[in-house]
Amino acid sequence: MSTTEVPRIITSRFDYEDSFTLARYEATGGYQALRKALGMAPSAVADEVKSASLLGRGGAGFPAGVKWGLAPAEVWPRYLVVNGDESEPGTYKDRLLMELDPHQLIEGVLLACYAIGCGQAFLYVRGEMPLAQERIATALNDAYAAGYIGRNILGSDFSVDVVLSWGAGAYIVGEETALIESLEGNRGMPRLKPPYFPAAKGLYMQPTIVNNVETLSNLPWIVSNGGEAFAAFGAETSRGTRMFAVSGHVKTPGVFEVEYGVTTFRDLIFSPQYGGGIRNDNAIKAFIPGGASAPWFFEEHLDLPLEKVTVDRAGSMLGSGAIVVMDETTDAVKACLRLVRFFSRESCGKCTPCREGTTWLEKILQRILDGYGRPSDLALLMDVCDNISPGIAWPPKQTTICPLGPSAVSPIASAIERFRPEFDARITQAEQTRISVPVAFPKAVTHA
Amino acid sequence: MARLSAENTEIALEIIGRYPRSKSALIPLLHLAQEQDGYVTDEAMAHIADLVGVSAAEVLGTASFYEMFKFEPVGRYMVNICTNISCQLMGGEELLEHAEHTLGIRPGQTTDDGLFTIEDVECIAACTEAPCLQVNYRYFHKITNGEFDQLIAELRSGSRTDIPAHGTLAKVRQRIPADRRAGVITPEDTAHPVWLASSQEAQS
Repeated sequence: MSTTEVPRIITSRFDYEDSFTLARYEATGGYQALRKALGMAPSAVADEVKSASLLGRGGAGFPAGVKWGLAPAEVWPRYLVVNGDESEPGTYKDRLLMELDPHQLIEGVLLACYAIGCGQAFLYVRGEMPLAQERIATALNDAYAAGYIGRNILGSDFSVDVVLSWGAGAYIVGEETALIESLEGNRGMPRLKPPYFPAAKGLYMQPTIVNNVETLSNLPWIVSNGGEAFAAFGAETSRGTRMFAVSGHVKTPGVFEVEYGVTTFRDLIFSPQYGGGIRNDNAIKAFIPGGASAPWFFEEHLDLPLEKVTVDRAGSMLGSGAIVVMDETTDAVKACLRLVRFFSRESCGKCTPCREGTTWLEKILQRILDGYGRPSDLALLMDVCDNISPGIAWPPKQTTICPLGPSAVSPIASAIERFRPEFDARITQAEQTRISVPVAFPKAVTHA
Repeated sequence: MARLSAENTEIALEIIGRYPRSKSALIPLLHLAQEQDGYVTDEAMAHIADLVGVSAAEVLGTASFYEMFKFEPVGRYMVNICTNISCQLMGGEELLEHAEHTLGIRPGQTTDDGLFTIEDVECIAACTEAPCLQVNYRYFHKITNGEFDQLIAELRSGSRTDIPAHGTLAKVRQRIPADRRAGVITPEDTAHPVWLASSQEAQS
């Protein structure tokens, strides 16, 4: 079991009680990266981020520097949108970054705007997170007063307003085109592609860069210390550090910043400084490596490193850094139903395979759990899955505008493939119980 | 139960003024309406429509997509219990069942005294603190049945002054001082950003 010694890049202030204040931020090197950047050409700042090989931390893992480069040349204005709509089940990191170190995020926003040439930035925070909204509002107000945001920042010719905006309860708004729709005051439904990237046509159909909170929180460190210093940590295709939330049946659940691509699942789940092992020293049954949308992993995957390409090749994804551990006592059918129900509830309803498919998957799983399962139900489940995502492969094929529907297939395919006897037993037992229960017909009423 | 108050109208206009297109202010304004009345009234939506310059139907069209907006009165305290995977594994469903018994209501229902509404909700990003819940979106971590009952008792007795009535989210608002304001950039503002231009000049 190994744990690597790397500095905490984005959680370095988390232990201070006043970590969220401007005074603490300035006393610990805050806004020095902004000062440094203002003395550099914007393109040089962008080059630092490119050389850091920073992968987006929202779920898709798209390289941030490349994403910035997708904005078409000489089309103005450009906008920056910050995705703070953290809601993938099992994911718990952006909320902490917003609540505990809002200035670090704001400095990241300013660096991005300076490098990309964004005229205005919108910081979209999940509706259900008033403390994060409060801390960011306070941080913005303080940063404006101190001259870090707004007109002629720190006496330079760089000017940008950062506007705090917030949602109202919709998982799908985490999808970047749905987020843009929401920010335009519409129902949060993903946009039809093409255009594939909001970087080309996004907010108000202008070039828009949408970056995740954790992604942007890395920028002050990268600009201060250089992209190469950042890229010195981690593995070939996964640089720097990353936050992972370890939840479920572990002894000491928590959110940990670890070296990206080097630390293994076994380290995170079993090491005493992280998850501390399975509760009651039970056996591990399965774990979700990257949020509800990720296919499940099992004991044989424990020694894989938390590295994007390796995990992708093994048939799942690191997604949003959400590791959910299930011990041997876990009811696979129940867990599976809960995940599917999530997708069914959160489907925006725009595409038929997702709207109808997730609804039927939930209904069938519910009846299996309720004792009304039919012998043909498992085949039916797989058939519905196949209609949502043909071939039930990884990465999933898409029949829909966004990946929400195909994501609902992941838990079912994983659970049925691995724990089919559990599903079968539920259905067989149900049949036996049903036969033994007398059916109570209402008494016939005779009318005089 | 009405249109936005004079004070809130002023806040609304300030919020609208931060966006390149006024419709972008819809969600923040709907929250403002819900903060004022505890839920979003038809009158408030009509008023917001006037302020933003869209039809009332468009306001409802947007509002009805989002789960946080309520269109009829709910309890003073909205108790949201997470039952998604991390919480389910740690007893979230059992906690919900306990809450149903304690309060005598099902998810989506409100107690007769108008104090509590419960909802079973999707992941609220406190997965390592399961089972968790929110009261008016304020977090409570690793909640046992006993702690739940105590929390309810405290809310009933009015001793939890840290939790505002339903509708209030952040108690701090963003204020952009006029002398620091960079200004709204609309899609029509097609000028080259000045700091990019000056940097190019310096290089050439």
